This record gives sequence, structure tokens and C-alpha cells, in this order.
Amino acid sequence: MPQWINVCRMDDLQPDSGVCALVQGQQIAIFHMVKDNAVYAIHNYDPIGKANVLSRGMIGDIKGEPVVASPLYKQHFSLLSGICLEDGSVSVAAYPARVENGFVAVQIAPAPVSTTCAKEGVSA
Amino acid sequence: MTVKHSLVVIGNGMVGQHFLANAVVCANKDDFKITTFCEEPRPAYDRVHLSEFFSGKTAADLALADDNFFTGNGINIHLGDKAVSIDRANKTVTSALGVTVVYDKLILATGSYPFVPPVPGHERKNCLVYRTIEDLEAIAAAAKTGKVGVVVGGGLLGLEAAKALKDLGLETHVVEFAPRLMAVQLDEGGGAMLRHKIEALGVKVHTGKNTTQIIDGEHCVNKMCFADGEELETDIILFSAGIRPRDDIARACGLDVGPRGGIVINNQCQTSDPDIYAIGECALWNGMIFGLVAPGYTMARAVVSHLAGEQASFTGADMSTKLKLMGVDVASIGDAHAKSQGAMVYTYQNGAAEVYKRLVVSRDKKKLLGAVLVGEVSGYGTLLQYCLNGIDLPAYPDSLILPHRSDESVGLGPDALPMSAQICSCYDISKGAVCAAIEAGCATINELKAETKACTGCGGCAALLKSVLDCELTKLGVEVNTDICEHFLYTRQDLYNLIMVGQIKTFDELLDKHGKGRGCDICKPAVGSILASYWNEYVLSDEHLGLQDTNDTFLANMQKDGTYSVVPRITGGEISPDMLIALGQVGKKYKLYTKITGGQRVDLFGARVDQLPYIWKELIDAGFESGHAYGKSLRTVKSCVGSTWCRYGIDDSVGLAIELENRYKGLRSPHKLKFAVSGCTRECAEAQGKDVGVIATENGWSLYVCGNGGMKPRHADLFATGLDKAMLIKYIDRFLIFYVRTAARLQRTSVWMENMEGGLDYLKAVVIDDKLGICSQLEEQMEHIIDTYQCEWKTTIYDDTKLKRFRHFINSDQPDDNVVFVEERGQIRPADDDERKHFKLMEVA
Ligand code: SRM
Ligand SMILES: Cc1cc2nc3c(=O)[nH]c(=O)nc-3n(C[C@H](O)[C@H](O)[C@H](O)COP(=O)(O)OP(=O)(O)OC[C@H]3O[C@@H](n4cnc5c(N)ncnc54)[C@H](O)[C@@H]3O)c2cc1C
Ligand code: SF4
Ligand code: FES
Repeated sequence: MPQWINVCRMDDLQPDSGVCALVQGQQIAIFHMVKDNAVYAIHNYDPIGKANVLSRGMIGDIKGEPVVASPLYKQHFSLLSGICLEDGSVSVAAYPARVENGFVAVQIAPAPVSTTCAKEGVSA
Repeated sequence: MTVKHSLVVIGNGMVGQHFLANAVVCANKDDFKITTFCEEPRPAYDRVHLSEFFSGKTAADLALADDNFFTGNGINIHLGDKAVSIDRANKTVTSALGVTVVYDKLILATGSYPFVPPVPGHERKNCLVYRTIEDLEAIAAAAKTGKVGVVVGGGLLGLEAAKALKDLGLETHVVEFAPRLMAVQLDEGGGAMLRHKIEALGVKVHTGKNTTQIIDGEHCVNKMCFADGEELETDIILFSAGIRPRDDIARACGLDVGPRGGIVINNQCQTSDPDIYAIGECALWNGMIFGLVAPGYTMARAVVSHLAGEQASFTGADMSTKLKLMGVDVASIGDAHAKSQGAMVYTYQNGAAEVYKRLVVSRDKKKLLGAVLVGEVSGYGTLLQYCLNGIDLPAYPDSLILPHRSDESVGLGPDALPMSAQICSCYDISKGAVCAAIEAGCATINELKAETKACTGCGGCAALLKSVLDCELTKLGVEVNTDICEHFLYTRQDLYNLIMVGQIKTFDELLDKHGKGRGCDICKPAVGSILASYWNEYVLSDEHLGLQDTNDTFLANMQKDGTYSVVPRITGGEISPDMLIALGQVGKKYKLYTKITGGQRVDLFGARVDQLPYIWKELIDAGFESGHAYGKSLRTVKSCVGSTWCRYGIDDSVGLAIELENRYKGLRSPHKLKFAVSGCTRECAEAQGKDVGVIATENGWSLYVCGNGGMKPRHADLFATGLDKAMLIKYIDRFLIFYVRTAARLQRTSVWMENMEGGLDYLKAVVIDDKLGICSQLEEQMEHIIDTYQCEWKTTIYDDTKLKRFRHFINSDQPDDNVVFVEERGQIRPADDDERKHFKLMEVA
């Protein structure tokens, strides 16, 4: 079972925007979607722009799917699955994330990427 | 190898040039070696827009061919050399400078000259004509010392010349021999209405006047004496009494000419010698000379086809015209004088509104033969199509000119037009050609223009072209969707109005009230920009933060490797040595790549996100401010050095540039805004390539708007002249806020204006004449923005909560190990993929 790892405090997050955290040597982009009362975590590396920038993209939804738009060339990546909406053969890793006791935690599995996200407890 | 045929063209005017332009792209272009004689000192220019020379256009602006047209196409042009004789036996042409060229085919495109009635004294000082750039230069020179100007001739050209004299500040008169103005086009009623309107503009009109002699004046240079005993003192006399074809060279070599001049041509535009063609205003077809460009262009194309062995012919041309004379709309279609057998006439006259309309219809009231419109010409396109295409008239033809009530529509839908209907007469583009282009994918007017050339001449066909486009798109099932994105079923302009009317202050409020979903990277920055340009709050405050594009979020431009560039504002490009040193020191300390931008300032590249606040703190301490290079907002106001140092400078362009840049810095807009100010018309600041360009003249500032460089460069349009600084700033304030309020997302001012119904004229009406009555509102909004300006970097570096964000990791001080620099020409640059494998991370800062 992959571990939940506390990454930062809830108030380190930016409303309706992203930050990047260093988790076990990995760059993880964490987004706080206020309207959904949710946090999402995906890898920070943009495989198309080839730079660690996804945490600095804008978030929103495309047909209901929460997404981040890469700040470099504007492709959308699903915050649930990490899959690129413009090119399904490209994707980044997506991680379960949650907020508990004011701390943001992500679950990093060495194994297959999970597609769940946490929706509880953010308002704390 | 085949021997090339020699093609010689005499005259490089509008029609001669149109011939060349078509000849060099035709299928058998390689069969010919082309030579052309051009009497004037410069290659062909746009005579139709000649008057714009007075409003600031230069000879170069009016040029019809680009610089390398002749060399690039292997055309031998003899500039400033007049062809003086044709030897038909040996098939040669000889010029005034002694050049002799052999021809296989010869094209005469010698145009016409202005007719000057041989009244005694017509050669006196300041007796001038209106045909060439040199003529206009002579007029401008004479106007410098003169006070009164008279135009002899009240036709189309005469009235245009009168407007020019009026604009030059002269007391202006028009003297016409006929009993009314525009006798060729208008009937009595129309002429009278036109006269009334033109006199209201301060031009004195004298009709039925026969000039008998011109003598010394007492207060002015000249005095005109009329047959009725009256006299008129004037400094300048402009003859505009009609044109005469230039046929002497044809006459001298024995070609047939008409009894009243003009080189006789057949339907293939051949003269009486089949190897010699004549086209344009020098040619006489079926007893007629055509004094407009469009028929000349059609002749030119007919000759190109004929030379290619195709069956092409010129079969006459429609002489209908619609124009604005001194701000008065006038149009004439077909048989305006009801000369056709059995023609019937309907007239509508509205003295209060100063509108006059007349329809000439066939005896059975089924077909439209002609029309005259003065004061209100919106029906021109529809009427012209009825006339040209023989479309059956409605049961009550007068419904076409009577003012219509409420929502009944009398317009002729583009659907009613046959495919052969001509949409653009300048380029002879049929409805069929337009439809084909639409079917092939053109979905906007601009695409249609680029694809078919339609609407790129006089522009008179714009409305018709648009209606054909809309109608065809609808038929193709293309729904013209203008929604900004899936979250808001509104245009940017709608959103602006919703925010303004509802006094909405945040994106969430707008989304709750008028949208759905969570928003996206299209609507968020657009709304962010609207909120900023309306309320002008700090863009990184919690409720606006998520709306900013990444560049705005970090107040810097992201580069390909995720690092940022830093661009401090250097207003007007002016910078002291100390400020330069400060910049250099920061660049050196943080090991940044430094470069002079194309916008007269300095860019520092390669800053990591965590370095940005430190770098900016030092810059702000040194006196710099944000340059907003990251925002859709005012970028730079470029300047030339201007009157302070330059020997030609007329006014202080640097001073004004700095003032403008400080005034508008920080203004968020639908797209970026660039300005420039030049100290004189040499235009070293390239102001005519900017959204807002200002040029100093002896009479004050000239304002140009809606230009840009970039992918599709566009010259700015002259908007107003002779402005003092206060007026200039008023106009710019209004222009900018009107743009901010009404443009689509990411629409530069050029595209915005081009898509605006009514275009430049409408924009002028709104900004200068306050047609919408909103100018004071626009100014107030600008005042609010200026009053609430803040340097976003300054606010940010003193706000710890905001600074938290400027770290690569929220939970670690490590930098991004994916950022790798190598050195090139003594400075850093991002390593490429190969280098990354071999180099180790370079120590930075
Ligand atoms: C830095 C600079 C190039 C340089 O080293 O000289 C530059 C750099 C960029 N330009 Fe530019 N442009 C720069 C002067 C220009 C100019 C020249 C000028 O301003 O006189 C033009 C043509 C003039 C014009 O805009 O009308 C220019 C026309 C563009 C365009 C095309 C705009 C258009 O309407 O077609 C874009 C693309 C866009 O904005 O959509 C663009 C976009 C960009 C972007 C933002 C592209 C991007 O998204 O990364 C570049 C980022 C700048 C950065 O990271 O700092 N840049 N760019 C110049 C900055 C000037 C400054 O001091 O602010
Ligand atoms: C102010 C003004 C406004 C106008 N407005 C309009 C308008 O709104 N709409 C419209 O349709 N038309 C308009 N016209 C008319 C239009 O400009 C002419 O119809 C058009 O220029 C005719 O083209 P062309 O080539 O036949 O003659 P031109 O353009 O006059 O060209 C003839 C050229 O041949 C040269 N040439 C003559 N003889 C020789 C020789 N022997 N050797 C070498 N070169 C020679 C002349 O110097 C001249 O440059 C306007 C004209 C003027 C002056
Ligand atoms: S535009 Fe005129 S004033 Fe300015 S630098 Fe050039 S020549 Fe001098
Ligand atoms: S009619 Fe002149 S541009 Fe089309």
C-alpha cells in the first residue's frame, strides 16, 4: 500500500491555482480548485514543453473534466488521469491527494497511477 | 530555346501597372520580355487615393508595386522617360532620352490629361491641375501663401479637389459651367440637394458660370472674369473641367483616333494595328472613354488573356458610382437621366433630412434602369444589383426608396443574386468566385479578401461581400459561434457589459450569475483582463490570482526552460547612464542573459522563479518599475530622439513618449498595445506600425491608429491631424477605452477596427464626434485607471504572503534541477537536449 505523505499545509496552497512540492525526489504539482473544494496532484513535468512547469498553469474544466493548461504551449492535462486532452498518447502521472488536519497529503505509488482524487475536508 | 517576344508598355499609370501585375502571373509569362516607359519620375501610384497625399500619405504609401516588382519580374522600366514615337514599319518605340526598343506587341496605357479650357490667362501663376503627385505638391506650395482657391469644374474630381483646398485652409469656391453640380451623374433635384449640402460646409458654389478671362487680382494673385460680368478674386485656380485622352503618340503613327480624341479599340482592345493595344483612359471603345479605374483594369486583363491566346473581350463597363464627397454621400446608377425609351421616374425628396432619391424604371415597371441617391445611399448595393442583373422589381418599385417603417425589410437578399452578379467592381469578382472561396474554407471577410482580392480596392463592396459571406455560411450550416468558451455563452464584449452593468467585481460572481462550470484558460484571463481594465485592482489579490496567465501570475515571461525574463520599464527608451549601470549590475549579479529588445528596452533572461523577487527588489530600489512585458497591456512607447537633438525634429517626441507611457502603463487590454512617437515625418520611431502612433508636424501632432507589426503587419490609419497635446490625449483615452470595452479576446486594434461595422469612419465618429455620447464616460474610466495605477512588482515584493509563491518548491529551497545553462558568446543560454546529457548543472547565483 502506498503511503500518504504530508507535503505542505493547506494554507501554502494558492486558491484556484497551483504550487509545486518536492516529494521523495519527485516534483509534484498540487492544485486547489476552490469551487470543487478539492485538491489534485499530478507530476510537474510538462512532457511536451519539456520543463518542470505544470504547477504554474491555469486550472479549470473542459466539459466537466478538471484540467490544467500547460503554461508553455497550452495543452490541457486532466487533473484526474494526467492524460493530455489534445493528444491521448501523452500523459503525466496523477496522484491521489487529500487534506487532513490542515495538511495536504499525496499518495505516491511506485506502481500504477491512480485516478482518484480527494474531495473531502478542504475547507478546514 | 524559344526566343522571347518583346512586349512594350507605354505608360506606367494605374492601368499600365495592372496590366504588368497580371502579365507576370499569367500562364505564358515566360514567353515575354517586358519593357515599360514611365514618363513620371516614379512608378505607378494610386491616383484614386491621391487626395490622401494631403492628409499625410506619402508617394511611397500610394505606390502600387513593391520595390522589387520590376527587377524581381525581369521588367525593364525606363523611369522618367517618355515614349515619343512609334515606328510601326520597323516595330520600334523611341523615347525622349533616345532609347529605342523593338516590340512584337505594344500596349498603350498613356491615360489622360486634365482639360484646361483655353481662356485667356489660363497659364498664369497658380493656375494648376489635379492629376499627379507633382500637381499636388504645386498646390500645397501655392496654398502656403494663398488665402482663396477656386476649382473650375463641379464634377466628381472638382468636388474632391475643392475638399482638398478646404482642408488646406483656403476659402474655397467651385465654379461650374453647367447649371448644376455633377451634371454627368445627377439630375436637377440631386444636383440641387448636393449643392445645398456642400454650401452648408462653407464652400461657395457658382453654377452656370462661363469664365472669359483671368487677369491680375487686386487682393489676390488672380481675378476671374465671367461672361455675366461678375468677377471673383482668387490666389489659386484649379482646373478640373474634364479629362482628355493622351492619344498624340498614337495619332502621330497613324492609328485611328476618335473625332473628339481617344485611341479607337475593338472588343479585344486592339487598335487599328492588331499588334498594338490601348487600355485605360486613353482608349475609345464604342465611342466611349471610361474615366474610372475599374473599366481600365478590365481592359488590362482582357489584353493579358488575349496575348495568351484566350478568347477574352472587353464589352463595356458599368459607370455607376457611390462616393462621399466632402462628407456627403452621393450615388448614381445606370441611366440616371432617364434617357431610355419610355423610362418612368419615381422621386423621393426629404428637405428636412436633406435626402434625395430617384429611380428610373422601365415602362412596364419591371426593371430598374437607373437611380440617383443624395444624402442617403444605403440602398446603393441593392439597387445596383437590380439594375446590373435585370432582377424583377417588387410590385411597388418606390418601396425601394421610400423610408421604410418598422421592421419590414426591402433589401435584396444576397440569395437573390445570380452567380454571375459582380460583387466587387474594382477587381471584377463575381458572386460565384466569392462562393467558391467560401466553400473552399474562407470564413471571414479578411480571408475572403486575401483569397479573392475582393474588397481590397475602394472598399465600396464591403457590406455586400459581408452579406454574401453570412448568407453562404448559414447555407453551409456553419453556425457563426461567437461564444468565448463553453463556460460563458457570451462574447468578450457581452461579458464586459455584464460586468459593467452588474458592477461585478470577481470572476466567481460572474460565473455564478452568467456562466457554468469552473472556467478555463480562455475565459479566466479574458475576465481577469476585463476586471482589471474596469476596476484596476491588484492582479495578484486572492480573488484574481487564479485568473492570471502564468506570465501575469509571476509578473514575468516564462521562457522555454521554465525560467523567466525580466523587463523593467524604460519609458520612451530614455535611460540615464546610472540606470544602465544599475541594470548591468543586476544582470551581472544574477548571471542573467541580457539583450536589447525590439521595443527599446533591456530584457534580462534566465531568472529562476525564486530569484525574481530579489532581482526586482534591486531594480525597484534603483528606481525601475514593472515593464508589463508579461501582460496584455501597454508594452512600450517607442520614440525617436526628436527635436531635442535631431536637426529635423519638429517637436519633443521623447518627452511625449514618456508622458504617454506613464499615462497608460498598467492598462489591461484585450491584446497588447504598442505606441510610438516620431519627431517628424521621417518617422524614425516607426509610429505608423503601432496601435497608436503619433508624428509631430508643423501644425501639431498627427495621430495614427490600429497599426501593428507581427505576423500580418498593417500600417496604421491616419486618425486626426493638427492636434495639440490635450486633444491628442483625449482622443487616445477614448480610443483605448473604447477598444478595451468592445474588442474580442486577443484581438489587436487593427483586427478590431477592421471587423467593426463602419470601420475607421465609425471609429472616428465615436471618438471624435462622440456619436454614441459616451466620450466623457470613456475619459472617466481612463482617469480611474490612471489614478489607481500601481507597480505590481512593488506591491508584490512588500507582501510576504505573495512572496511565498516565488519558490520552485513550496516545501523546499532547492532549485529546479532541470534548469541547465551553457555559455555562448560570453553569456548563458538554456542547454539543448544533447548538451543536457553531457553538461552538469552550472552554478548560478
Ligand atoms: C523580447 C522581445 C524580442 C526581443 O528580444 O526583442 C519579444 C518577445 C516576445 N514576443 Fe514579441 N517581442 C518583442 C518585440 C516585438 C515587436 C517589436 C516592437 O514591439 O516594436 C513585435 C512587432 C510589433 C507588434 O507587436 O505589432 C512583436 C510581435 C510579437 C507578436 C505578434 C503580434 C501580432 O499582433 O501579430 C507576438 C505573438 C502574440 O502576442 O500573440 C509576440 C510574442 C512575444 C512573446 C511574448 C512570445 C512568448 O509568448 O513567449 C515573447 C516573449 C518575451 C519575453 O519572454 O520577454 N511578439 N514583438 C521584444 C520585447 C519588446 C519589449 O521591450 O517589450
Ligand atoms: C484625384 C483623382 C481621383 C480619382 N478618383 C477616382 C475614383 O474614386 N474612382 C475611379 O474609378 N477613378 C478615379 N480617378 C480616375 C483614375 O485615377 C483613372 O481612371 C486611372 O488612373 C486611369 O489609369 P490609366 O493608367 O489609364 O491612366 P494614368 O493613371 O493617368 O496613367 C497613365 C500614365 O502614362 C504616362 N504616360 C502618358 N504618355 C506617356 C508616354 N508617351 N510615355 C511614357 N509614359 C506616358 C502618364 O505620365 C501616366 O503616368 C481619379 C483620378 C484622380 C486624378
Ligand atoms: S523622426 Fe525626424 S525627428 Fe525623429 S529622429 Fe527621425 S529625423 Fe529626427
Ligand atoms: S468594389 Fe472597390 S474594392 Fe470592391
